[in-house]
Amino acid sequence: MIWNSAAEFFAMGGYGLYVWGAYTVALACMAIEPVLALQRHRAARRALAAEGDAR
Amino acid sequence: MSSSSFRLFQFAAPARFYGLAGALIPWCWAAFAVLAAIGLWMGLFVAPTDATQGDAYRIIFIHVPAAWMSMLLYLVMAFWAAIGWAFNARLASMTARAIAPTGAMFTFLALWTGALWGRPTWGTWWVWDARLTSELILLFLYAGFLSLVSAIDDPRRADRAGALLAIVGSINVPIIYFSVKWWNTLHQGATISATAAPKMASTMLTAMLLMTLAFWAYAFAVVFTRARAIVLERDRHAGWAQASARPARSATATGMQT
Repeated sequence: MIWNSAAEFFAMGGYGLYVWGAYTVALACMAIEPVLALQRHRAARRALAAEGDAR
Repeated sequence: MSSSSFRLFQFAAPARFYGLAGALIPWCWAAFAVLAAIGLWMGLFVAPTDATQGDAYRIIFIHVPAAWMSMLLYLVMAFWAAIGWAFNARLASMTARAIAPTGAMFTFLALWTGALWGRPTWGTWWVWDARLTSELILLFLYAGFLSLVSAIDDPRRADRAGALLAIVGSINVPIIYFSVKWWNTLHQGATISATAAPKMASTMLTAMLLMTLAFWAYAFAVVFTRARAIVLERDRHAGWAQASARPARSATATGMQT
């Protein structure tokens, strides 16, 4: 552990805006993309099930 | 190979893939969680502050893995697109389509984190130099592939057109990789190379490699999920897909039986 306090950790030696700007956008992208992929899979399954019922 | 067994092979491949990918996805997520947790711990709490760049350098733990994945995924996408075209293998073409959005996402992340790293260290968000421009072209290639395959109605024609674009565009990947050697650029040279000792502290290097492995696991999980969706969308008239969508029998079991 190299930090003495939580404030020091979030300040990132004065580069907090850049470091956290990079990490939060990466986190957001990598949280949203799997949800979109899962929704696409669910939609495909729903469409198939509806097609099967229509027969 | 007789024509009947060839037809069986073509029919069974997506069905078997559907079940197998579904079984692998939870393991990919588990690997991602463990690797990312250790990688982030090492990168943000253990690795020392850089002597010249201060703590701004910590962007490296997502920037370099994202940039590596953006190039690697492009080559993998072009490879499967080429296989799908050359051998008329539908599953390969579907895999290429499943990879493209993830590759584009990592390309965007490489550019975004690069801008946020460039501002404090170079004094600018963006320069039109070889490395940054060729990475931006990579983003346009992914976007071009995605819009091309979605613009053509006939799926196999769309696959072939996308394959051509992906193969021609793959010339850009070595240009990105070697751009820091071939041209004068603000961007620093390769951090890791096969011929020289790494130019960074071992905790930094370990954290970066762990994050790279985590991004690999993430890419597998998301690409498998999207590929399963594409297989169902494209194979919806095949019996196995209809059976897999019915709640009575589990998708994995049906996929494996077929």
